[in-house]
Amino acid sequence: MADIKTVATRAAFGETLVELGAERDDFIVMDADLAAATQTGKFKKAYPERFYNCGIAEQNMVSIAAGIAATGKKVVVSSFAMFAAGRAFEQVRNSVGYPHLNVIIGATHAGISVGEDGATHQCNEDIALMRTIPGMTVINPADETEARLAVRAAFECDGPVYMRFGRLPVPVVFDESYKFEIGKGVELREGNDVTIIATGLMVKEALEAYDLLKAEGINARIINMATIKPIDRDIIIKAAKETGAIVTAEEHSVIGGLGSAVSEVICETVPVPVVKLGVNDQFGHSGPAVKLLDEFGLRAVNIVEKAKTAIALKK
Amino acid sequence: MEATFKTQLAKIACKVRIGIIEGVHAAKAGHPGGSLSIAEILTYLYFKEMNIDPNAPKDPKRDRFVLSKGHAAPALYATLAERGYFSPDELLTLRQIGSRLQGHPDMKNIPGVDMSTGSLGQGISTAVGMALSSKHFGDNYNVYTILGDGELEEGQVWEAAMFAAHKNLSNLTAFVDLNNLQIDGTIDEVNSAKPVDKKFEAFGWHVIIIDGHDFDAIEAALAEAKTVDKPVAIVANTTKGKGVSFMENSVSWHGTAPNDEQYEVAMSELKAALAAFN
Repeated sequence: MADIKTVATRAAFGETLVELGAERDDFIVMDADLAAATQTGKFKKAYPERFYNCGIAEQNMVSIAAGIAATGKKVVVSSFAMFAAGRAFEQVRNSVGYPHLNVIIGATHAGISVGEDGATHQCNEDIALMRTIPGMTVINPADETEARLAVRAAFECDGPVYMRFGRLPVPVVFDESYKFEIGKGVELREGNDVTIIATGLMVKEALEAYDLLKAEGINARIINMATIKPIDRDIIIKAAKETGAIVTAEEHSVIGGLGSAVSEVICETVPVPVVKLGVNDQFGHSGPAVKLLDEFGLRAVNIVEKAKTAIALKK
Repeated sequence: MEATFKTQLAKIACKVRIGIIEGVHAAKAGHPGGSLSIAEILTYLYFKEMNIDPNAPKDPKRDRFVLSKGHAAPALYATLAERGYFSPDELLTLRQIGSRLQGHPDMKNIPGVDMSTGSLGQGISTAVGMALSSKHFGDNYNVYTILGDGELEEGQVWEAAMFAAHKNLSNLTAFVDLNNLQIDGTIDEVNSAKPVDKKFEAFGWHVIIIDGHDFDAIEAALAEAKTVDKPVAIVANTTKGKGVSFMENSVSWHGTAPNDEQYEVAMSELKAALAAFN
């Protein structure tokens, strides 16, 4: 088997900002003393005069970004998901969300795969927090390719965008032919026995689960749902009608994330079983990221189990 | 300042106070005390200091104002109406369903409102962002904001103060409405941020202390602000509830609307004050 290229989506974020910096000079990038980790440091190195470090003050940074955006300019702010979505939640809600300003939030180190830093830095709640803000776009790219496209799409978006990136290098799933559009899920594999809707690094696991299920004679439909908000209702409803059972897979709490967003659509349209795979209602802890993904049940084999549960629940 | 112009400003501030009382009375809710305390500052900013045009409220090169103490919205609305951004009649729709005049300023719908505010501590950071944008993109406008003294208890204010001085945002001027009262009591009782001047100085700002009801002092402070290469804090000693006798220096008028009887008394006082200029 050929070596699979792995890249952290945060790296794609930083590199794409550098590319955009060469193409346009109408935006500012800000960080809160984590530029090396979030990868905005790459932009800082290339365009130091367009980069502002706010120091360790995420709430101030988000409101400053709102002020910049209120003057009609583009601005990207970056920190860890825990601090961008968590600590600065109310600034995102009131300074950015309420006036519907064009602030791009690049949140890195999301999810349990932060690894060794442990629970204080493992944000499994950011999708839930961000998607409750009216008018907020929430994007969770699956790999390097999608992350690059998502960053570019965010620059064309009207209103605030929350983008979620990971620390852990993850396999590149999509090639250059991949098309990304905000608000559109993408069917990656056809199947009619069950649908697996995955986001972020769980997309790769879902593709592996497809093969495992296939070997057992189960044809799963695989959907990549990079945009959590606005959620692609059409692709969910179609999947519910055609497959009759849904599994959601995300590296985020089972409360409030992709699983909840899909359930909200399903409950009101085509009520079929929805089985959620994610981080259960618990905090993470320190350890190597890949071992934590095993321990917290965020693997293809876990998706397979959930798929069988969902199928068993079909009427 | 020329005497006739000063009288003109004083009359406008009086009309702003009338607008505040009319709006809050009609709404049966709102914050009269901390609105009345900033009438002179807002009047000077909108009628003398700022480069603005009510007919071009979105001009990208205009000066910006952020009401960081967003609950003083009735004062901002009355000033904008008096300046011609919208009809003073609209002040009577304050806080009503369907009104543009939300309980706290809404930049999306109210002409002349440069930033949505209301959650304390965030406004000054947004003003810092505007000042940074002005300098970064070479637009060269000035940014003004008004903070409450109670608002200084929010940690974000000091994050913003630290950043503004570090980035040398000399185009930013922040007034502190030092009226000594907040909703739960005097600021000395609740959690005093005093000495306010020393704190801003320690954070690297140029500080000027004035009587916030004295137009000459406001003018002199803003002139001085243009001569220094730092962000400027103008600590304005004010009287909460200024201009309405029974509201002055009273905690209970922080967030309470006058009833009909109180409204009549307040209006007669303000109208008498206005008539005295003629």
